[in-house]
Amino acid sequence: MAHSQHLAAPVGGRLLNNATLVAGVLIAIMAAVLLARFIFGLGAVTHLNDGYPFGIWIVVDVVIGSAFACGGFSVAMLVYIFNRGEYHPLVRPALLASLFGYTLAGISVIIDLGRYVNFWHIYWPGYANINSVMFEVAVCITAYVAVMWIEFAPVFLEKFGLHDIRKKLDKALFVVVALGTLLPMMHQSSIGTLLVVMGTQVNPLWQTQMLPLIYLLTAISMGYGVVLFESCVAASGYRRKIETHLLDPMAKVMLGVLAAYLVVRFGDLLVRGALGEAFKPTFVALSFWVENFCFAAPFLLIGNAAARRNPAKLFLAGVAIMFGGVFLRLNGFLIGYDTGPGWNYFPSAPELLVTIGMFSIEVLGYIVITRTFPVLPREEAYIKAHA
Amino acid sequence: MANTSLLKLEDDDNIAAASKRLGMSRREFLQFCATMSATLGLPQGAEAAMATAVAAKKRPSVIWLHFQECTGCTESLLRAEHPTLEKLILDVISLDYHETLFAAAGHQAEDARKKAMAENKGKYVLVVEGAIPTRDGGIYCKVGGKTAIELTKECAADAAAVIAIGSCASWGGMPSTDPNPTGASGVAPVLGKPVVTIPGCPPNPYNFLSAVVHFLTFGALPAVDHLGRPKFAYSRLVHENCERRAHFDAGRFAMEFGDEGHRKGYCLYKLGCKGPETYANCPTILFGDAGGGTWPVGCGHPCIGCTEQGVGFAKPIHMVAKMKNIEPPLGYPRIVEEKGTGATLGAAAVLAAVAGLAAGAGTIVARNLGLSHRAEELERLEQTGKNPAPATTSGEKAGV
Repeated sequence: MAHSQHLAAPVGGRLLNNATLVAGVLIAIMAAVLLARFIFGLGAVTHLNDGYPFGIWIVVDVVIGSAFACGGFSVAMLVYIFNRGEYHPLVRPALLASLFGYTLAGISVIIDLGRYVNFWHIYWPGYANINSVMFEVAVCITAYVAVMWIEFAPVFLEKFGLHDIRKKLDKALFVVVALGTLLPMMHQSSIGTLLVVMGTQVNPLWQTQMLPLIYLLTAISMGYGVVLFESCVAASGYRRKIETHLLDPMAKVMLGVLAAYLVVRFGDLLVRGALGEAFKPTFVALSFWVENFCFAAPFLLIGNAAARRNPAKLFLAGVAIMFGGVFLRLNGFLIGYDTGPGWNYFPSAPELLVTIGMFSIEVLGYIVITRTFPVLPREEAYIKAHA
Repeated sequence: MANTSLLKLEDDDNIAAASKRLGMSRREFLQFCATMSATLGLPQGAEAAMATAVAAKKRPSVIWLHFQECTGCTESLLRAEHPTLEKLILDVISLDYHETLFAAAGHQAEDARKKAMAENKGKYVLVVEGAIPTRDGGIYCKVGGKTAIELTKECAADAAAVIAIGSCASWGGMPSTDPNPTGASGVAPVLGKPVVTIPGCPPNPYNFLSAVVHFLTFGALPAVDHLGRPKFAYSRLVHENCERRAHFDAGRFAMEFGDEGHRKGYCLYKLGCKGPETYANCPTILFGDAGGGTWPVGCGHPCIGCTEQGVGFAKPIHMVAKMKNIEPPLGYPRIVEEKGTGATLGAAAVLAAVAGLAAGAGTIVARNLGLSHRAEELERLEQTGKNPAPATTSGEKAGV
């Protein structure tokens, strides 16, 4: 980040307002549910069972949450790997969202573990099974959370005036940034591999050897989608100028990744001869088409240059691609996942409230940090530079 | 022990005579010897030696004493499932003194014992069945005016080998259960020297017979452990070869008699099965030779640990065994797992509320962005001096 003096500044303003209040209440509800979970166990709170050991705490909070959190990785890849420095103002806000997404995903795993006190076994030599996909995901995500906090550390160092440490960190930061690009590519693809292991329990529409590639490509495009979403919501919420001049070309990159994804996805379905499943009169088939409509929608919304200048359409395209990713993951892990006759899963209300609470922490954290720390680009500087 | 091939015995006259005597076919007799050799864990060739010995050697004289017991050991020998087993036992040994089987009584019987002891001095085998009372000078069990202690010592003095059959003779058994009013004891402490013990209540007759045939063939009793138990029969826990072991490892337990797990043949550990702390070969040769599948665990009753001192007749039947090899985990899956419930009203309501809020918020954000975009476009047009139409940017922006 040596060339990164891109003038970020705290947004300022009151921390207590309607949004933070609502988020706070939702977090309190989650805390109450989690208290019950830790006293009475998973069975008392969730609808998890032997047929569906992965509930929404894993599928939504971890699998989808970490894919949402790919904004930091996607933008960092654009800036540092493809050397497109102009996108730099987007890095910090995107990284912030990623930081929260991944940290909370890690916490969610511990909440979801029946014997959470043994969580460290997965890393410990002697306990660890280095041939397991789960091991890869766990180690990678843990390492990435640590890497991201280091990557994001300059924000706190700037705030507290620790410029000496900041300078020292800058010299070593390229290693951290490189790791921060490598690690998510490893575990986002491995999350797809988790499903490969589940074999014929997964509907043929979502069960393929290409899953690692499919999950990686959607995670990258979802990362850009989240940046669109987050920039638009931040602009709308804080009444700021929107960085359309950055979002427009980035959206183009996103469409490119998305197109590559759709080619891989449907090519794979055709080669495997699994597409017939999509034309059966089932709920699963409907869910498949909803998923793919969401992935196709961005082309309709922001396919031409004029539309890409309209932040409303950028926002909707971002939302659509996020929902596409959500459905891809829900379909693979829950909707199109069938353990056998009789097995059934739908999250319980307390389970849902915990997931909602997790996302509330992200919202609250984002508001507090952007208002207090230099994350978003400074407005005057921005206006001066682009008037 | 020169001959090591069963096939060479096919035309042996002695074998033919022995099988005729036993009422078996020659093949059955040779098969029987092979089975017994395998039970003892002996190397190839031993079966031929055994067949030769059983057919040709002079039968060892056996003195069989009964003390504090139920005669179950003798009964299980005589009522064996295999109709030839008791014949074989009586053919292999010369049972010169046995209180249950004697036609004679009183002094006549005692004379027979003394005669046999004198004739076979140093060569006979002494078998003791039942515990020996030691309290008050051993007055609680007398035969022919002599206490059990005296009889045992007298008969053991010139015996080639002493075998304690059954748990009572081995370590006191049922009569020694607390408070043990007669001071019931096994044979070894009374004699003050180790003896071969064949514990069990009753023990499998094969274990006794195998030990005797080993003595007959090789002139010595089989190798024993620190408690005098033949290693071929008592070196493994019942748990190790149990037919229900896979259920134990998978955590499938019968939790009470007659429940679903019990009916499905799951592990009986939680019903108090003592298999994990009891050394015996019941799972492999079954219990008491009572027929296929009829050993206690096979019938759905937990092992009570009858061969094991401190377990059988000491621990309550429903008391969970102390694991001697692996400790089981505390928690196990239930026998019938819940398969999950569908959507509840509450969950559906929460989900619908979230979806509605998200859709609403998304719409407002999109509309605001659209409005400000339109305003900007209009502003730009205004600056280029084309269209001065007023623009509203007063959309309800979320007050984040």
